[in-house]
This record gives sequence, C-alpha cells and structure tokens, in this order.
Amino acid sequence: MSEADTIAACRPSLRQQKQRRVTSLAVTWLMGASALLVMTPLFLVLYFLIREGASSIDWNFFTQLPKPTGETGGGMANAIVGTLVLLAMGAVIGVPVGVMGGVYLAEYGAETANYWIRFTADVLNGIPSIVWGMVVYAMLVLPFKGFSAYAGGVALGLMMIPLVMRTTEEVLLLVPQSYREAGLALGIARWKIITVIVIKTALKGIITGILVALARVAGETAPLLFTALGNNFWSHNLSQPIAALPLQIFTYAMSASDDWHRQAWAGALVLMLMILSINILVRLLSRGKSAS
Amino acid sequence: MAEITQSSAVPALKNARSGWPDLSFRWLALLAAMTIIVLIVLVGWELYHGARLAIAQFGPGFLVKSNWNPVLDDYGALPFIYGTLVSSLLALLIAVPLGVATALFLTEMAPVRIRQPVITVVEMLAAVPSVIFGLWGVFILVPWLRDHLFPWLRATLGFLPIFSGPIYGLSMLAGGIIVAIMILPIVTSVSREILRSVPDLQREAAYALGATHWEVIRIAVLSYARRGLFGAVVLGLGRALGETMAVTMVIGNRPQIAVSLFAPGYTLASVIANEFTEATSPLYLNSLFELGLVLLAITFIVNAVAQLMLRTLTGGGTGKT
Repeated sequence: MSEADTIAACRPSLRQQKQRRVTSLAVTWLMGASALLVMTPLFLVLYFLIREGASSIDWNFFTQLPKPTGETGGGMANAIVGTLVLLAMGAVIGVPVGVMGGVYLAEYGAETANYWIRFTADVLNGIPSIVWGMVVYAMLVLPFKGFSAYAGGVALGLMMIPLVMRTTEEVLLLVPQSYREAGLALGIARWKIITVIVIKTALKGIITGILVALARVAGETAPLLFTALGNNFWSHNLSQPIAALPLQIFTYAMSASDDWHRQAWAGALVLMLMILSINILVRLLSRGKSAS
Repeated sequence: MAEITQSSAVPALKNARSGWPDLSFRWLALLAAMTIIVLIVLVGWELYHGARLAIAQFGPGFLVKSNWNPVLDDYGALPFIYGTLVSSLLALLIAVPLGVATALFLTEMAPVRIRQPVITVVEMLAAVPSVIFGLWGVFILVPWLRDHLFPWLRATLGFLPIFSGPIYGLSMLAGGIIVAIMILPIVTSVSREILRSVPDLQREAAYALGATHWEVIRIAVLSYARRGLFGAVVLGLGRALGETMAVTMVIGNRPQIAVSLFAPGYTLASVIANEFTEATSPLYLNSLFELGLVLLAITFIVNAVAQLMLRTLTGGGTGKT
C-alpha cells in the first residue's frame, strides 16, 4: 500500500463525517440540558418557599413569640432577633481576626509559612459545620455548664475566620505595589501604609468578603444545635440559650403539627430573603469594584 | 534648606523600620494568621479529648462494629460510616456528570449572553441554607420521589438489589439526591475554573485538525483538564461527606446497613445532630465525639487531597464556592 492509499483509507467517509457532526450536536444539546437541570432546584425551592411560606407571613410573624404546642398562631420574632445577635457576635470574632490574618498573608508573611496557612485555611473551610458545633460544645458549653448565645456566636465566628482571611488576602493583593512604595517613599510607617492606604483602597472588596462570610454562616443550623440550642422566649442574657431562625425552622419542620410546618415555611422564606438580600448587596458592591 | 529636609526625613524612616506601633501591628497580624493553625489543632484535640472514654473502651474495633445501642451502652460506627460513604458516592454519581457538563456548557458552548445568568443561578443555589433544602426535601422532594421516581426505578431496574425492596420515601437514595443538589454549585464552579485555565491553543490545534465541537472538548479540553476536574470531584466529595441538616431530614435516620437504596440509612453527621443533646451516659457522649473525630479525619484527608491537587494546577484560591 502506498502512502497515498493509507491516507485515503484513513479519511473518514461521508457517512462517518455526518455521524460525527450529529454526535457533536447531540452532546451540545445534552450539555445545555444539564445546565437547565442544574438550575431547576433553585427555582423549585424558591417557588415552593413562596407558595407555602408567603401566606403565613404577617405582622404577627415578626412581632410575636412562638406559641406553646397545640396553640395556633404566634411568630418567630425572637428567632429573627436571635439570628441577628448571633451574626453580630460571630462578626465580632471573625472579622478582626480574619482581616488581620489576611493582612499578614498579603503584607508580611514569608512564602512557605503563607503556603501552609492558606492551605490550612482552605482545609478548615471544608470541615463540616457540625464539627464546629461539637468543638465549641467541648470548649464553652461543658466547662460553663450550659448552652449559651456566647457559644453559638463563637461557633459562627470561628467558621468565619478562614473565610474572611482568604478573601481579605485576595483583595489586598490586588492593590498595586506602587501604592505601598509611594507610602514608603514618603516615610510613612508600615502600619499606617497598610491601614490608611492599602486597606482603604481595598475596603470595598474586604466588606464584600465579610458579607459573603456572613451570608454563609447566617443559614447554618448544625453549629448552633448544641451551642445556642434555641429558645422559645426572648433572651435577656447572652449566657443563656438563644433562638435562631435556622434552628426554629428545623424544629418546626421535624414536628408533627401542621401549623408549625406552615411557620417553618414562613421562617425559611424570611431566612432565604435575608440571605438573598446580602447576596444582592455583594453583587452591587462588586459591580462597582470592577467598574472602577 | 537641604539640611531641614534631611532631618525631617530621617526620623520618619527610622519610624518606618522599628517603631513600636509598627512592630505591634505586625505581631497582631501574625497572631491572627496563626489562629488558623491553632484552630486546626484545637479542633482535633477537642474531639479527641471528648472521645477518650470511647476510644479506651472500644479501641479500633469501634470502626467496624455495627451495634448502636444506647440502652446497653454499646456503640459501633460502621452503619454511620457506611451511610456517609454511600450517600456521598450517590451524590457524586449524580452531581459530577451534571456539574462537569454544565461547566463545559458554560465555558465551551453557551452564547456569551446567557453565561452570566446561568453562573448567577448556580451561585444562588450555593447560597441556599442546608436547612431550607431539608425542609423542601421533606415536604416536596421526598413525597414526589416516593410516589413517582422510586416506583418507576423499581419497575424498570428492580432486578438490581439496590433498587428492590419496600419504598419508604425517607431513604439513602433521597439523601444522596439532596446532597447531590447541594454539591452541584461547588463542582460546577470549580470545574469551570479548571476548564477556563485550559489554553485556547489546545482547542485551536484540535479545530485545525478538523475535529468537531465535541471532539475538541473530548480530545483537547477534557484530557488536558482531567487532573483538575478530579480535584473538583474530590472537593465535592469533601462537602458531601459533611452535609448535615438536609441529609438528617431526608435520610430516614436508621442505623442499619441495607443493600436497597430505598431503605433508610444514617450518616455520621446526622447521628451527631440528632443524638448529641440526648446523650445521657458519658460513654454515649464520648462515642458521639468519636464519630465526630472519624468524620473530621475523613473530611480532613479528602479536603487536603483536593487542595493539593487543585493547588498544583491553579496556584490556590479554590476554597470558596
């Protein structure tokens, strides 16, 4: 067989070529269908949240305490406030430590040390949230003999640290090196350069990162199960158990009462709206960033 | 004149090098960064410390024993390890093909105009809290599965032992499906990052050889991105193993090892969530801590492997969803 014959034998026939094109088209459609299928759950969840939850949201839902078993009505006022309190406590721990850690990684750290800190932070981000609940239980609930809002806040705060640290580092590294050099050339102290120039330049990005972390922990239930525990009344003391929206949704969803199921849907809708609005805020902030 | 400038510059420079505010700021930052290392040690230590009674009592046999009996104070982890692994593998079987196909669609095929909306929807899916998926799972998804999908599966694939037996609704398969939905966003977004890092030169070379769209993807893109995509799968596995609330609500919570996927199961994370506050005896609580330690060990290893695989490819920054 000559070389030309070999090439001719290898050349696909018209039928083969058509088959290849059909396969390609079929795969394209299959992938488009996959993308649609991946998006479906979000729309289904949002649809049912609105269908089942919207009718139960009224003034009472935001102003009243949960009613005891058997009585209908009542609301989740304490759980909504509880979630906000827990988020605030989480932020008090997670934001300063996370931001300062990010500053270290971006501004000071040596190559090798940074590699391992980043690596550990990413691994910590992947640790199941229920594990954080157990750790804080062992740290704060057992020694102080009681579930408390403090323990819940610490659990959320610890989860926020690696999240905030990684995003802070990323946005600080985006600040041009010449800004720092300009500061040094003016004889400004390093810490002032970092706080007044670098952090100020990257502030929008840092706030975005903090909001993302807050949105992520706002819906967490597992770390609160045996730290904040939940509470059917107003909390006047942070060393006592406190209610939280995700906890209340879980308890009501697993109960046998239809009225509680209705309220669980309403609570879920409110929680989802809270998280969605943080996400929209993040989107608005980061749009501004990419434009400038 | 020159002297004045100099004398005002010198103290400033000195200040920049060794002023105490500068030093303390630096130490503060170092301290904050070090909390990460402290945290990982703390997590391991607290769980180990909490589990020490159970470790002393049962030894390594804890991992392969299938009793879970609070009345007799006798505990073994096997049904939970089994449930965690099976539900996570089911989730991967569903989520990986869908997630990678969606990522391919987004990077290789979709018109630019519809890319961003799809990406936004996938990101929003990642923002839905676990407990809301659980609520939706219990009241909407599981009844639908029980009445439609499961009977159909049994009718068509019933000859397989995994699709036989009575249908409960709350089951291992329902758990796997809900976890699949929850890891879809991370699998999709990390795969997309990986595919975007494939150089266009690869694609152009394949097109130049006369390859069709699909052949370009198969030959030039997928083979190039194989290792990175595997990293994305491992990262998804890490998330799947630790999923707690949604799984707890739909998996049926029965500590058994059943062949049928229609039967209820139990995972490490769910048993901790359900029984932790009810643990009456010290050994019971210690056994739950040991389950937590097992869960931590598995997820730690899986996540470390995923990070190492992705890091060598993209230079880090893949820990976020």
